[in-house]
Order: sequence, then C-alpha cells, then structure tokens
Amino acid sequence: MERAECIGMLYPDLHDKLVVTIMGACAQELYDLGHRENFFYLQHAMGLASSIGLGLAMHLPQERIVVLDGDGSVLMNLGTFATLARYRPRNLVHIVFDNGSLLSTGGFDSHTTSGITDLAAIAKGAGIEHVAAADSIMAFGDAAIDAFARDDLTVIVAKVAAVGPNHYGMDLALPENAFRFKRRIDERRKA
Amino acid sequence: MAVSYDNSKAIFQGIKAAGITSVSALPETWLGLLLQHADRDPSVALIQVAKEEEAIGIAAGAYFAGARHLLLMQNHGFLAAINGIVSLAQLYGVPLCMLIALRGHWGEPYPWHTRGGIVTEGVLRALSIPFEYARDPKTVGRQILEAYTLSQSSLSPVALLLTRDLMED
Repeated sequence: MERAECIGMLYPDLHDKLVVTIMGACAQELYDLGHRENFFYLQHAMGLASSIGLGLAMHLPQERIVVLDGDGSVLMNLGTFATLARYRPRNLVHIVFDNGSLLSTGGFDSHTTSGITDLAAIAKGAGIEHVAAADSIMAFGDAAIDAFARDDLTVIVAKVAAVGPNHYGMDLALPENAFRFKRRIDERRKA
Repeated sequence: MAVSYDNSKAIFQGIKAAGITSVSALPETWLGLLLQHADRDPSVALIQVAKEEEAIGIAAGAYFAGARHLLLMQNHGFLAAINGIVSLAQLYGVPLCMLIALRGHWGEPYPWHTRGGIVTEGVLRALSIPFEYARDPKTVGRQILEAYTLSQSSLSPVALLLTRDLMED
C-alpha cells in the first residue's frame, strides 16, 4: 500500500481534528489534498511530531489530535513512545507510516527495512495498550476506524511502499503555518 | 553541598506567580525539589520527558494550545535539544521559556559536568538566545516572569540559567 492512499482515506475525517505531520513526502501528500488551517507541517526537527501531538492533546482535552509520523522520524525519538504511554492522552492517534526508508532525504534504508526493527512491538513494549500494525489498505482502514472511535491513545504502524510525490513545495511559509494553526486552535477554543 | 529547599520553593513560587500552568522537565539533582513542588500542585501540569528535545515539541504543542508553559532542564539537556530549538522553535516562531540548571560552572567539583558548563553560555550566544543568570531567591521570581514575557513577545527561546549560588545551600 502507499502512504498517499492511507492519507487520502483519512482526509475526510481530519477536518475536525488537529493534525501534525512530519516533513517531506508525508506533509506534501496531505497538503496536496487541500490545506486546512488545522494542519501543522513539521518540516524539520525530525522526531518531534508526536511530542507536539502530546503537548496539544494534554492541553486540549476537548480536541482530537492526529499525528502522521514516519519510521525515520520516530526512530530519532523512540523515547516518545514511553512518554506517550506514561501520560496516555485519550485524544491522540499516532500513525507511523513505515516505508523502511529515509525517502525524503535520499532513500537510504532505515532500521525497519526488511522487518529488522518492529516499531509496533516497540510501541507495545513502551507500554501503549492499543497498537495496530497494518500492511494492507483494508487493515489500515479498520485500524483507523477503531482508533477514531476509541477514547484512548492509539498507535497505528502502517507498512507502506517507499514512494512519494514527484514534487515538493507549499504556498505557506513555515511561521505562517504556525501562526494560522495557533489562531485556528484559539478560535475553536473560544467557539 | 545540598540542594536548597528554600530557594527551590522560591523558584516554584516564581513559576506560579508568572501564571505558569504547565511544566515539562527532565528530572536532575538541582531540579529535584522543584519538581516535587510541581508534582504536588494540582494547578500545574507536570510532564516528564525521556529526553529534553521531546520537551521542545511538547512546549510547542502547549503554546499552540494556549497554555502558559515552562521548560525545566539541565544545561546538558539543553545541549541535547538544540535541533528542536533551532528547527522547531526558532524556525516557526514558537516561544520557549527555559529554566536551565547551569551545572559544570563556577565551583563545580564533578569533572563530568564541566565541559557542558563551560560551553553553555557560548552556545546560547551562538543561537542568539537571550539569557540571564539567576543567583538570588529574592529576584528569581521576577526573572522568571521577565523571561516568560520576552519569550512571548519575541516568539523566541529565552533562557534563565539557575546558578550554584541559587541552587545549593
């Protein structure tokens, strides 16, 4: 399965949630479906998307937070699984697209290539109760439906092909994204 | 030398007086009593991290959420968090109010702290992060509020360095 298919499947459900994506292909594929003010694209600082998600989730219990992460990014911050497990925000869904590749930075193999490192097992071992591993679009859809229906921290590790978009670029400066994302959250809080 | 109970309390009172409701931290010796205060106070959410760079992400999330957040870390943790500080906070204009235990500086007996202590100020300057030293329990509260205020108005990281004079009896 391809990550773009998965993001396409999620997209209609993301309008009422706060979404944090990692850099590169993942951010571009979400943006290309149509930017929304409740999307934040972390175009650098690899590893911290789930930490931003945790900060949002703990301070906005009335919101639902979705983090779109990747194997290369999450491998830079494996401690995040333990911190998520410890605080267990019930309004956070952490999706890790595992393509076994550092695709956006040249396509080098990551530690998950050929199943050497099992990110779902790491998440489980860190103490996260609800962890799903999906290797087909059907399984991913089922896991996503379950995660959004569940009032608890959930991690989904989705095995995807190491392919990405053929172009990169957004009509959105990085601080502009941050300002507008914060403003949208402020508006929703006051609504 | 023992960690100062009274001064740890003065710092925590300063944090409360600055209206801080959320604190991220990686526990360390000098911050231990301070964290106990935070842990016992139901009006402050304490989030302990596995590594300090995580706290940069958590602080950004807290800021987006509208919470008044403060980061507690040792200077070695600050050094470990630099990419997050540069490529999240500074790149996107996210304020960070960091209270940093300045280990390995004046009077440091432990060799393992010294390199980090010696380079901390230079790294802060290289990153254009404004900083002050906190030495006196009578003024630390005001310094915390000033650090927080500058971080918010400049949309930048700001550091208050907790010195040995303040942290040890």
